[in-house]
Amino acid sequence: MAIQVRVPTVLRKHTDGEKAVSGEGGTVRELVDDLASRYPGLRDALLGQDGQLNRYVQTYVNDEDVRFLGGIETPLADGDQVSILPAVAGG
Amino acid sequence: MTRAQIVGDIALDRATYDAMVEHARSDFPYEVCGLLAGRDGELRGHYPIPNAARSMTYYTMDSRELLAAMRDMDDRDTELLAIYHSHTHTEAFPSPTDVELAFYPEAVYLIVSLQEPGAPVIRGFDIVDGRVTERRVLVDGEEAPGGVR
Repeated sequence: MAIQVRVPTVLRKHTDGEKAVSGEGGTVRELVDDLASRYPGLRDALLGQDGQLNRYVQTYVNDEDVRFLGGIETPLADGDQVSILPAVAGG
Repeated sequence: MTRAQIVGDIALDRATYDAMVEHARSDFPYEVCGLLAGRDGELRGHYPIPNAARSMTYYTMDSRELLAAMRDMDDRDTELLAIYHSHTHTEAFPSPTDVELAFYPEAVYLIVSLQEPGAPVIRGFDIVDGRVTERRVLVDGEEAPGGVR
């Protein structure tokens, strides 16, 4: 089951400069685990120390923020597109 | 006024500068935020983004609008040039939270201060690994007012 993951410029240092990488998984968590084996830096960017999604990195499935879907347990289907963006926030 | 070492500049046009000030005023006393796009360092687009926090002391860009803006830049073959937000009660200098949450080291961080409502100030900064340096803000080639120095 192939999931395409779009990687923003700021995270491409973790993917050897690739704009998009392909991974597998039935949920976002499984996808992150799969990507982690090839791109360990990406895992550290996506997950907090508690193993949950980093609150300052937004993950989208088909352009919907997973916080409004099922979070890290959001199901994925073949052909889904996942996007990642660090939050833009401050005080 | 808090200072940082000045390294380089960022060139804006008058219309975009004024539009950022207007945007900041439009939701006073809440902070507003947005993005500027460029190509080869030249300004090419302005994307006001809703502040999902709608706070006087914090901003976080609406995630859906943020993604849409980034996609649009990709489609137009432009790139993220600057990230701006307003400070409605403090000077145009990055707060500790701004430094902590600066996840886009390649972008210039612009801050629009309405601390003096009649004399808005926009200053620009690079925030890389917690270090802050300042850029001169040029508007149509002229240095913009930086507030009391």
